[in-house]
Amino acid sequence: MIVELGHFALILAFAVALAQTVIPLVGAHKGWRDWMGVASPMASVQFALTAFAYAALTYAFVVSDFSVKLVVDNSHTLKPLIYKLSGVWGNHEGSLLLWVLILTLFGASAAWFGGNLPRSLQARVLAVQSGVTASFMAFTIFTSNPFTRLAQPPFDGTDLNPLLQDPGLAFHPPFLYLGYVGLSMAFSFAVAALIEGRVDAAWGRWVRPWTLAAWVFLTIGIALGSWWAYYELGWGGYWFWDPVENASLMPWLFAAALLHSAIVVEKREALKSWTILLAILGFGFSLMGTFIVRSGLLTSVHAFASDPDRGIFILIIIAGFLGGALTLFAFRANALEAKGVFSTVSRESALVMNNVLLAVSSFVVFIGTMWPLVSEMVFDRVLSVGPPFFDAAFTPFAVALAMILPIGAMLPWKRGDIARAMKPLWGIMVFSLAMGALVWAMQTGSSAIVPVGVALGLWVVFGAAADLWMRTGRGTIGNRLARLGRLPRADWGKATAHSGLGMTVFAVAALTGWQSEDIRVLQIGESFEKGGYTLTLAGVERVQGPNYTSTMGIIEAERDGEPVSILRPEKRFYPIAGMPTTEAAINYKIHRDLYVTLGDPQDNGGWAVRTYIKPFANWLWMGCALMALGGLLSLSDRRYRVAAGAKKRVSPNAVPAE
Amino acid sequence: MTAVKAILITLMLALSGPAFAVQPDEILDDPVLEERARDLSSGLRCLVCRNESIDESNADLARDMRILVRERLVAGDTDAEVISFLVDRFGEYVLLRPTTQGSNIALWLAAPALFLIAFGGALVYLRGRARAKTEARGLSADEQKRLDELLSE
Repeated sequence: MIVELGHFALILAFAVALAQTVIPLVGAHKGWRDWMGVASPMASVQFALTAFAYAALTYAFVVSDFSVKLVVDNSHTLKPLIYKLSGVWGNHEGSLLLWVLILTLFGASAAWFGGNLPRSLQARVLAVQSGVTASFMAFTIFTSNPFTRLAQPPFDGTDLNPLLQDPGLAFHPPFLYLGYVGLSMAFSFAVAALIEGRVDAAWGRWVRPWTLAAWVFLTIGIALGSWWAYYELGWGGYWFWDPVENASLMPWLFAAALLHSAIVVEKREALKSWTILLAILGFGFSLMGTFIVRSGLLTSVHAFASDPDRGIFILIIIAGFLGGALTLFAFRANALEAKGVFSTVSRESALVMNNVLLAVSSFVVFIGTMWPLVSEMVFDRVLSVGPPFFDAAFTPFAVALAMILPIGAMLPWKRGDIARAMKPLWGIMVFSLAMGALVWAMQTGSSAIVPVGVALGLWVVFGAAADLWMRTGRGTIGNRLARLGRLPRADWGKATAHSGLGMTVFAVAALTGWQSEDIRVLQIGESFEKGGYTLTLAGVERVQGPNYTSTMGIIEAERDGEPVSILRPEKRFYPIAGMPTTEAAINYKIHRDLYVTLGDPQDNGGWAVRTYIKPFANWLWMGCALMALGGLLSLSDRRYRVAAGAKKRVSPNAVPAE
Repeated sequence: MTAVKAILITLMLALSGPAFAVQPDEILDDPVLEERARDLSSGLRCLVCRNESIDESNADLARDMRILVRERLVAGDTDAEVISFLVDRFGEYVLLRPTTQGSNIALWLAAPALFLIAFGGALVYLRGRARAKTEARGLSADEQKRLDELLSE
């Protein structure tokens, strides 16, 4: 019964969404306040109904209601509760419902926190958001109903894909969806602004927090997925340039470009039409990502629910919203006059370069991802585009971005002077280059990856610190230190996020250039040396898990006679799903990870054991965490909080009717 | 219960198959050749997998291909010869690094071309911005109307 109520609630929410798409738009056009006014309560109702539908589906998973097809296909009574909860979104239908839930959540948030927006803009934003939501609700209800019942319920379910039964991956999709869907807010704001025909500094200030939030969620989501791949796939890879990964990277790059260009709109009222275009494309690429994951058009390690019919439905959604928005853009872009004038050397110009690099690199990833398809259809050549291409095509953009970042961040608005901006940076530049050269001289082999990574990483991190220091102005060191604590959180956010990028660049280079590997057969009791560690296979045990059996190796690691860690790599087997998984054992340290996986038993009684030393692997996750933290700091900046609080002092009657 | 467990374990060992990419028995004795084999295999696609190189993949076919690469290397083939041997058999699809021939030129030129276009566009825009006059603009029609309303109140 609860499941049927959930289904019914979703259909009701769909009806509300349709109404919310039309009524506020008409109201805003005609200037009817009561018609505009329904948008906010409707957004709340939509969210409440969808939340109820989602709760109903979750309930079916928790109580293992095997009369629901989705529960049978993705759950099992023995599965731990946390994976029953994550099982709701570990499949096509449920994840789509989560997607819809987040869409309504963002819509409702715009209703709850958007009281300071001009009435007509808010009505239009909510209407556009609701239009997007309605189309995804239709997609869910008509092609991917998660509430389908079975006439003859089986005794037990077929379990969730064991690879998904993992804490890292359990929370990867919700973050990613919060990011993808967060960009829908930027899209709605862009389209609403195009309908209004007005983009000003205030618009930049409103759209930026949504973009920032979406970017933070995307960063966390991508990092979680990458971390999962690192420890779960058994050989410590963290990025594969897989179509599905690219599908999340492209919106991330666009969101990064957008949140920088929105600053220019906010502070200088320039780059308006470009920012609008970025907002449209950012969400467009999010939709494209959904299409890639769910259509089965491109083969990928992560794709689930490959179904061409669903692909066509998403394609129609993309064509409708992207086509509509771009047409609107073509008609209205000229109306968005830029006001701010700035010289060729200025913060504005630096941010334009940032946008050029981010947007072009995103397009390059897009072309590489779609090329096999184009090549097959147009040129009749079946081919692959893999990591070697992306490494070669993407890296130059990342390097260029890291190179200009500290200088650009230091340039003043309107009119700058490179020599002046470089003044506090010369020392850092010399230091970074010297460290890079030192690393190059010390390492064996001639690979330039790590030296370049070290130099760039130091340049960006210390550049960010110098930027923060210069913000404190003149005076004694004590005064400046005191001022450091009083700097706006946006400044701290900027420095933190930029340092995170520098750390990530360094970690990627160190992992690529310095990791070492060892593959061998070990008898029980046998030892070997790897990177200064003595590893001994003490034994192999059989362990029974809740819904799997495991073969667990016990490997003692020592360094100079001192025990470092006991590593327990596992090979698990999930009998219900009939799938094996590998669980690497990792000893995390600040300067390296010791990474061990257990292979097959050999004919001579030994076990295959694979060992990696992964230098500075943790710095990669720390770098991503810093980027996300920087975004959050910036999001908590006073100017957003004050703007949000301002509405309380203004009574609604004081807002003039347009 | 123990019987069930024994069956499960046997089943597990039978089904789990190769849970490793490169197996210890595949590794060549000559470290230089092995290094070349690893480099080559990380650029070759496992044909039955969904986007993995044969160096990463656990599939049986990937193992066969890894062994094939090593056989060719031991037989004295150069890297290019090994690659063309595999492309002859499995087609261009096996290469993770697309060739620079024919239509693929468009792919490889996409990044520099797009960058030049975007960079050029940005430069033109920036010059325009720098030259634009800071003329004090009057009020828009709407704003003028609103001002008149306020003044007449």
